[in-house]
Amino acid sequence: MSDRFEKMLLAGVPMIFMLALFAVPSAIMLLASFRYPGEFGGLAPISEGRGLTLETYRFFFSDFIYTEVFIKSIAMAFLTTAFCLLLAYPLALMISRSPKRRRDVLVLLVILPFASNFLIRVYAWMILLGPQSALSKIINVFLGWFGAAHVQLLFSPFAVLIAMVYAHLPFMVLPLYANLVRHDPLLLDAAQDLGADSWQRFWRVTFPLSLPGVYSGSALVFIPALGMFVIPEILGGTRDMLIGNLIKEQFLVARDWPFGSALAIMLTLSVMLIAWIAGRMGARHA
Amino acid sequence: MALLEIRNATRRFGRFAALEDVSLTIESGEFFTLLGPSGCGKTTLLRMIAGFEKPDAGQILLDGRDLAGIPPEKRPVHTVFQSYALFPHMTAFDNIAFPLKMGKRPEREIRERVSRALGDVHLLDKADAYPKDLSGGEQQRVALARGLINRPRLLLLDECLAALDAKLRVEMQIELIDLQKELGITFVFVTHAQDEALALSHRIAILNHGRVEQVGEPSSVYGFPKNRFVADFIGHISQVEACVKESTHTHLRLEAQGLEIIAPPLKSAAAGEKGIFAIRPEQVRIGHDELSELRNHFAGTVVSVLYRGDVSEYKVGLEGGASIEALLPNTGRAFCVNDKVCVGWRHDVGMYLHE
Repeated sequence: MSDRFEKMLLAGVPMIFMLALFAVPSAIMLLASFRYPGEFGGLAPISEGRGLTLETYRFFFSDFIYTEVFIKSIAMAFLTTAFCLLLAYPLALMISRSPKRRRDVLVLLVILPFASNFLIRVYAWMILLGPQSALSKIINVFLGWFGAAHVQLLFSPFAVLIAMVYAHLPFMVLPLYANLVRHDPLLLDAAQDLGADSWQRFWRVTFPLSLPGVYSGSALVFIPALGMFVIPEILGGTRDMLIGNLIKEQFLVARDWPFGSALAIMLTLSVMLIAWIAGRMGARHA
Repeated sequence: MALLEIRNATRRFGRFAALEDVSLTIESGEFFTLLGPSGCGKTTLLRMIAGFEKPDAGQILLDGRDLAGIPPEKRPVHTVFQSYALFPHMTAFDNIAFPLKMGKRPEREIRERVSRALGDVHLLDKADAYPKDLSGGEQQRVALARGLINRPRLLLLDECLAALDAKLRVEMQIELIDLQKELGITFVFVTHAQDEALALSHRIAILNHGRVEQVGEPSSVYGFPKNRFVADFIGHISQVEACVKESTHTHLRLEAQGLEIIAPPLKSAAAGEKGIFAIRPEQVRIGHDELSELRNHFAGTVVSVLYRGDVSEYKVGLEGGASIEALLPNTGRAFCVNDKVCVGWRHDVGMYLHE
C-alpha cells in the first residue's frame, strides 16, 4: 500500500464524515431557504411549478423585527464572550502558574460540570434565580433600603446572560490555559530585570503573548452563544427571544421551513462575517 | 569605592548550600568572570545580584548602597540570559527599546538610541525582524543590545555564549571585549568554559561547591593556582603525587613516584609532607635524546598521541609509573606511540600543591 494512499485513507474518513454531516446538510438548508413553504408546513413540492424564490429573504428584510433579533443575539453573545473573558483570564492565569500537580486538578475542576447534564444545570439556575432564592431575596432587601422597586431575576435578560456566561466559561478557560501554560517564565524574569513592574509585565508580555488563546477562546464562546436557544427558552422572558429560538420556532411551531432555513443561513453568514472582521483585526495586532 | 561588593553571601536550598560565605569585590569598568562547574553557585550568585534570589545571610552593595529589599526592576543591573529570553512578539527594535519604554523615555529619544544600538551590534538591517527569524548570533546581539541600552551600572551575562557554535563564539568573544571596552560598563560574566573565562576577563573568580576558591587575573589563576581544584579546572595539568624532601627559599626537592623533581619554592611546604606536583603540558619538552640541559629530565614511553592540527598532545609514561602530558607544536618532528623518549622541564616551572 502506497504512502499516499494511506494518507488519503486516514484523512478520507473524517473528510467523508464532515461532508456527509456538515456540507450536505448545509447545502440542503441553503436550497430550502430558496423554496416555497408547503401548504401544511415543510416545503412545497417543486413539481407544482413553483421553483426557487428570493421571497423568504425579502420577507426577512421587510420587517425590522428579525434584524432586531439578530442584533440582540449578537449583543448577548458579545456580552457573554466579554464576561467569560474577564472571568476566565485570571482563573486561567492562576491555574497556569500553579505547581504542576495542582494544575491538573484545577483543570479537572473546570471541566467537571460537563459530567452532569446541561439541561439540569440550566434548570438549577431557575432555582438559584427564582423569587424564593436567597440571591433574589438579598438583592431585593438591599434594593428596598434605597427605595428601589422590587426586581425579578428570573425570566430576564440578566438571567440569560448569567447562565450563558456560566455555560460557556470552560470553553474560554481551556484555550486560555493551554496558551498561558506554554509561556516561558524566563520572559517575565527578563522583563522584570529590564525594568518592568508587575503591571507592565502583564500588559507588555503576558497579554500580547496570550492573544491567540484569547481569540480561540472568544470564538469557542461567541459562536455557540450566538446560536444558543435552550438558555433563553428556559430562563429568558417572552421578550428575550434570540436567533436560536426564532429558528427553532420556524421549524417546530410555525412549520415554515424556508424561513427557518433562511434564518439559519443568515446566522451562518453573520458568524462568518464576524470571524472575518475579528481575523482582520487580529492580523493587524499580531 | 568598589562598584559591587558582595559580603559573606550565603544561600541554602534545604540542606544544599548553593553559596557559602562568598565575598567578592568588583571594580567599576571591570570584566569580571564567575567560573565554575555546574552547580557551583555561580548562577545563584548572578540571580542574587539581579535581585531574583535573596541571600540567607550577607549583603550585596552596589555603589556602597545595600541592595536588600530593592526588586529586580528597580536595580540598575541588567541581565543577558543564557537562552537570551527575547520577547517573541516584538521585533529586534522593540526588544531593544523595551528597557527605555519601561523607563518612559520620550519616543524620539527611544528611536535615536535604539537605532544607534542596532548599529553598534551590526543589526541595522534586522530592526524589523522577529527573534524567530534571527540567527543564534543575531539573537545574541539583540539580547546584548537590549541589556546595554539603558546603560546599567552592571551587566550580568549568564553563559550567554554557550549556545553558539565554536566559530561564532570566538567572534562574539571579540565583539564582547570590544563592546565592554568601548562602553566602559562593568560586566559580570558567568561561564563554565575556562578558555572563555581566560580569554575575556580582567579578573576571574573560581567557584566550587558554593565557595570562592581563588580570585585573580587570568594569568595568575592559570599560572599560580592556589589549590588542586583550580589547577585541575583551569587548563590541562599533569599531576603526580609527591613528597617534599627539602624545602628552601630557592627551590623544593620532591620525590614523586621514584623521580626526583626540583620545583619552584613554596614557603608553606615543609619537608616530609605529602602533596601533588603539577605541571602544564606546554611547559614540558620531549626529545629523542637526553635533555640534560634541563634540571628535571626523565626517560619514558609515549602512551598516547592526540593530533590537533597545530599542536599534538602527548602522554608519556615515566619509569616508576607517573605519567606526564606534553603539548608540542607540530613543526616537523613528531613522536609515535611506544617511542622511547626523554621528557624534561625547567626547575622554575611546575608547582607543588598541598593535598
